[in-house]
Amino acid sequence: MKTVHVRVINEVGLHARTAAVFAAEAARFASTIRVRSLTRDGGWVDAKSILTVLTLGVEQGHEIEITAEGPDEAEAASALETLIGTDFVGRL
Amino acid sequence: MVERVLTGVPAAPGLAEGPAVLRREEAARVPRRADAAPDVERRRLAAARAAARAEIEELRKRVAVTAGGAEAAIFAAHLMFLDDDALLSMTGASVARGTNAEAAWADAVEHFAEQLEHLTDPTFRARAADVRDVGRRVLAHLSGRPAAALELPAPAVVVARDLAPSEVASLDRARVLALCLAHGGPTSHAAILARAWGVPAVAGLGEAVMDLNDGDRLLVDGGRGEVIVSPGDTQRRAFHERAGRAARQEQAELATSGEAAVMRDGRRVKIEANVGSVEEAVEAVRVGAEGIGLLRTEFLFLNRREAPGEDEQSTAYRAVLDVMGHRPVVLRTLDAGGDKPLQYLPVHAEANPFLGYRAIRVLLDHPDLLKAQLRAMLRAGSGRDLRIMFPMVATLDELRRARALVDEVRGGLPGAGPAGGRIRVGMTVEVPAAVVLADRFAREVDFFSIGTNDLTQYTMAADRGNEMVARLHDGCHPAVLRQVHGVIEAGHAAGIWIGVCGELAGDPDAVPVLVGLGIDELSMAPASIPQGKAIVRRWTYADAQRLAAEALDLDSAEAVRALVHVRSGGDE
Repeated sequence: MKTVHVRVINEVGLHARTAAVFAAEAARFASTIRVRSLTRDGGWVDAKSILTVLTLGVEQGHEIEITAEGPDEAEAASALETLIGTDFVGRL
Repeated sequence: MVERVLTGVPAAPGLAEGPAVLRREEAARVPRRADAAPDVERRRLAAARAAARAEIEELRKRVAVTAGGAEAAIFAAHLMFLDDDALLSMTGASVARGTNAEAAWADAVEHFAEQLEHLTDPTFRARAADVRDVGRRVLAHLSGRPAAALELPAPAVVVARDLAPSEVASLDRARVLALCLAHGGPTSHAAILARAWGVPAVAGLGEAVMDLNDGDRLLVDGGRGEVIVSPGDTQRRAFHERAGRAARQEQAELATSGEAAVMRDGRRVKIEANVGSVEEAVEAVRVGAEGIGLLRTEFLFLNRREAPGEDEQSTAYRAVLDVMGHRPVVLRTLDAGGDKPLQYLPVHAEANPFLGYRAIRVLLDHPDLLKAQLRAMLRAGSGRDLRIMFPMVATLDELRRARALVDEVRGGLPGAGPAGGRIRVGMTVEVPAAVVLADRFAREVDFFSIGTNDLTQYTMAADRGNEMVARLHDGCHPAVLRQVHGVIEAGHAAGIWIGVCGELAGDPDAVPVLVGLGIDELSMAPASIPQGKAIVRRWTYADAQRLAAEALDLDSAEAVRALVHVRSGGDE
């Protein structure tokens, strides 16, 4: 299992387009990927679902935790970490 | 029926009159069974989703044409909801237990919609309506009777609890006079679409609006967020006069907007535009801007991994200068940091970003970034009327260091720079320290541009993003106006010109006061320019000066605005 922490710097947080891009990126991997908000201290949700990612209510400055488990877990965690850490550069 | 007034939230400006047509959502009766055959239900659900997908694709195309790509993106999100992993697996689990497709789908949709509804951020809450919209669409296909579009046989004011984006999009735009919504606010999709269409809308009117009957006469004032029900003759006449006047005035203002803003006794005030892109510069020229009083350069820097190179910047600035031709353009150096973090500069979480590490404070610590921007500006400005402005200057030392960098960069670029050879360098006056020392600063710059948004925020100690203190945030407050007065006096004594580039510059109440205080230039959003010019033309400088002197002696922003209304003839 691979886990990463990352702070969301995007102006609108994980909302509409950003949540869509995030979920679509997660869906590229075979691993089971889950995400939770450390700022809101809620439960884990499916990172491949735009709906559940939206329900996290992640706003700018929030910290999130992403965990991937499966054959490509390292790649998946690092891809999502990069996506958030670089503020979706070139992906929106 | 007796005349009465319902008050809501302004969602899209404009005035309209017409009969109400109520959109009452039929109680969504979802059939529920626990002994359904999973295989059959799965096939039914797949077919309903496919039909819904085709409809949403159609709506997306239609909205892209009538309202633009940004609004059409709403439906791209709908398509994603339709295929959402979590939604489908929840529905699938329920179907596997023998629940019929309708109930399984409706429960899952409601589960997520409710979660979204409980978030504090209104933009997230607005997504709940999207999920339910997609949900209803699929349910309609499952029930075999696809959702009927709201038919408008004649032009009408549409009244509803809330309108899902697809409901708004399926309305016949030519027959919608206005929208009145019980719920929602200015960020709901219905409001966004209404603004894109130029249809007046009021949201947040409360459940009372659903007690109206089809055919009730309504007067809708989208700008005030007000709906008059069953208006009497007096109200109707007044409203029609207002609507007619507003329409005529807007047309007249636009028709003369290409001409200079000259006061009745001959004084001229320059009316320029605040812009942040080439597109806005084109619009500014169309509505008669005499120059760009503020070019925000942030658009080049935000949302990317590395700073834009000198060439890229130079090309972008040149594109704006080309649009403006011979007109002057004030380029403001990067105003980032704090609330507008950049990835390639160290980001610190700050307790008070507006009092923090931003704008000139950041750039002076990263001279390479600033020098690249200055070089790009000088290269782009070759042969043009280009001026450079530094934001958030609080100390003379900051100004001197920034100016020294301009000179240094200039030395390495022989031949570059604006027409006439002299580079005009100015600063925004938005930190109270700069107001207090305006006479000192005035000796070392070619112009001041007063940034009233931040100046008001710092003067009133009221965060402009905080709704709880929003009423303190009014640039018409005498505490702000007196500072503007002081800056103008100090600047004129030193022989430099002074502009205003904050919201106040385009505020119709503030325009005559600022002009009366002796301002040389007002820089505002392009949309405000025709009105701004028209207001300047209505006054003599002598009258405006008297107005300004009176305003400085008043107690409050409200009193200043009331005074302006009275002195303007009281018909505003």
